[in-house]
Amino acid sequence: MRISPEIEHCQPGSQGVEDLKAVADNGSTMVLNMGPQHPSTHGVLRVVLELDGEYIVKATPVIGYLHRMHEKMAEIRTCIQYMPNMGRVDYLNPLGWNWAWVGALEKLAGIEVPERAEFIRVITGELNRISSHLVWFGAYILDLGAFTPIMYAFEDREKILDLLQPISGSRLTYSFFRPGGVATDVDAAFLKDTLAFVNHMRNRLPMYRDLVTDNIIFRKRCENVGVISLEMCRKYGATGPVIRGSGRAYDIRKTEPYSIYDRFDYHIPVDENGDAMGRYRVRMAEMAESLNIIEQAVNRIPDGEHIVQKAPKPRWKPPKGEVYFAVEGARGKIGVHLVSNGDKYPYRVKLRSPGFSNLSLFGELAKGHLLQDAVSILGSLDLVIPEIDR
Amino acid sequence: MSFNEIQLIRMIIAVVATALFVAVSVIFLVYLERKVAGHVQRRPGPFEVGPHGILQTIADAVKLLSKQPLKPDGADPLLFWLAPVVAFAPTLLLLLPIPFGPVLTGLDVNLGLLLILAFSGMNVLALCLAGWGSDNKWAVLGAARSVAQAVGYEIPLLLAVLAVTFSSGTLNLTELVAKQGPYPWHWNFITQPLAFFIYFVCAVAETNRNPFDLPEAESELTAGFHTEYSGMGFGLFFLAEYTNMIVVCSVCTALFLGGWQGPFLPGFWWFLAKMYVLLLVMMWFRWTFPRLRFDQLLNLNWKWLLPLALLNLMGTAFFMKLF
Repeated sequence: MRISPEIEHCQPGSQGVEDLKAVADNGSTMVLNMGPQHPSTHGVLRVVLELDGEYIVKATPVIGYLHRMHEKMAEIRTCIQYMPNMGRVDYLNPLGWNWAWVGALEKLAGIEVPERAEFIRVITGELNRISSHLVWFGAYILDLGAFTPIMYAFEDREKILDLLQPISGSRLTYSFFRPGGVATDVDAAFLKDTLAFVNHMRNRLPMYRDLVTDNIIFRKRCENVGVISLEMCRKYGATGPVIRGSGRAYDIRKTEPYSIYDRFDYHIPVDENGDAMGRYRVRMAEMAESLNIIEQAVNRIPDGEHIVQKAPKPRWKPPKGEVYFAVEGARGKIGVHLVSNGDKYPYRVKLRSPGFSNLSLFGELAKGHLLQDAVSILGSLDLVIPEIDR
Repeated sequence: MSFNEIQLIRMIIAVVATALFVAVSVIFLVYLERKVAGHVQRRPGPFEVGPHGILQTIADAVKLLSKQPLKPDGADPLLFWLAPVVAFAPTLLLLLPIPFGPVLTGLDVNLGLLLILAFSGMNVLALCLAGWGSDNKWAVLGAARSVAQAVGYEIPLLLAVLAVTFSSGTLNLTELVAKQGPYPWHWNFITQPLAFFIYFVCAVAETNRNPFDLPEAESELTAGFHTEYSGMGFGLFFLAEYTNMIVVCSVCTALFLGGWQGPFLPGFWWFLAKMYVLLLVMMWFRWTFPRLRFDQLLNLNWKWLLPLALLNLMGTAFFMKLF
């Protein structure tokens, strides 16, 4: 066997090459290239693992295989033309990104959003959060070797997609929000179906608990695996279910309230353990909380406009200024930093994606774990690669 | 015709019949597995080729046969091509001593059980060759896992089998079955429940089925030892896996579930029915359980199954000496 074909395949100058060379000299460990084509990196993440037997000595995530220049594209598009990009940054939680972008524009231009639009945003945003968590749930259990739960999860996700399709026109990469409201109004049928879905999903969650959460093999694979301390979360800027799984109730919906989230009665699930199981429990509890929010919002949605009268047109020029707006996405804090010089094109846009910070934990976290645990940890971080590369 | 010639002809017929049985069973089992998977996952499973998709496996087999077998550049040609053959060839032999009916035995020898246990060890060698010969790190990891797993789980399996043979006093499978009666309370799993449990767990592990499918764990090792195999190279491994399933379930049926014994129906059908119940349980495992971690897998074996099997064996010996 050749010692390290990975080195030959590396692009000169790419990240990780130096590490690989240093390792190859050592000789007692094996360098394993996990990805960019690997079933459990879910996309094109590449992790260079240095293994001693099956124990990980060093893990280096290599990103950039799905870099699509979303930030640079913002500089050659008008603010409204940039909307479809937001649906494609994170294909599982596009409405979170929609919301961060329109929120930044509204904050910059001082646009007041009609109340009905805010309710529609909350309902669709939380539906999207549930659908994102359902994909994560199925894929995570699939990483651990159980094939069936993903089919059940997709059955439920399908219902959400069917709800969002008629109002947004798409099933995966929504660009449904607009500065000053949402693209289309929802009808009574949508609200009725949403309530029916809430009831349906409330019956499904206990079933997931019985089938998966209480399974002894599953628990053994998650408990005490990849324990993240709160200190590590702070150091790497981890947000979302990752920090909440480590015992800190950091949720933008509560800590920096935006939209109308302060009007609903819900709490932020927290787990003290900080292991993969803690993150699992937080996400499962979040689905139940999102159902609560949706139910309240559907019951209290007022009549009115779904978008402001003079909504920005495609060639609209935002005022000069600099603004930062953050929302709570399915994976954590989604931030948009927008600098405008008064032209119709933004001067500079910086996207803060939660997956990038959460992935950066991985190198430190995987050290000393088994290869199988690395798969479990990667899954529990809930990574979406296009969001990390942007 | 002399006695030897008759024996020879009988042997040839037995081998051909066994090969046919394996071919038909595997084709049916793959179809069954996919249907079971489908229904566990609330979807219909294969449905397009033939009525209810019954020709799906044949179409798959044709596809596998017609695909170009590829060999990676750095692979060792001899080991690489030898491995699938080594995996599949002994499995035919394993089915010969199994009593499918009162007289329906390919090779009725006194040490039939020993023959099966000895030749089932060949499977590890095949996986090891495949892993090492492929020049692929995932395959090497899969092979290393399979060796540690198969060697470990063979011991409690042997001890469980030994406990049964202790109480029956024979290694001849036909006699073992004959000593049990037609009804469930005559069967060995009543007197040896612990041995039955240990045997079945180890059998699942020996055939590399979920939750013990670590050598080919696709979400970790892409495909483990058969990562680099395509076409019929992969097909032979696949065939060997299903044949091994049939073997371990047949042996389990003969040892613990009274083999061909049963009321009303002829023996052969009882044997098949019991075997398929066990096969269905294995499929049920596969589509519902997550995979164990490797250290947990070995802990389960060395810290639980092995001591339990030893205790069971000692208990059996003690009990037999006493009465």
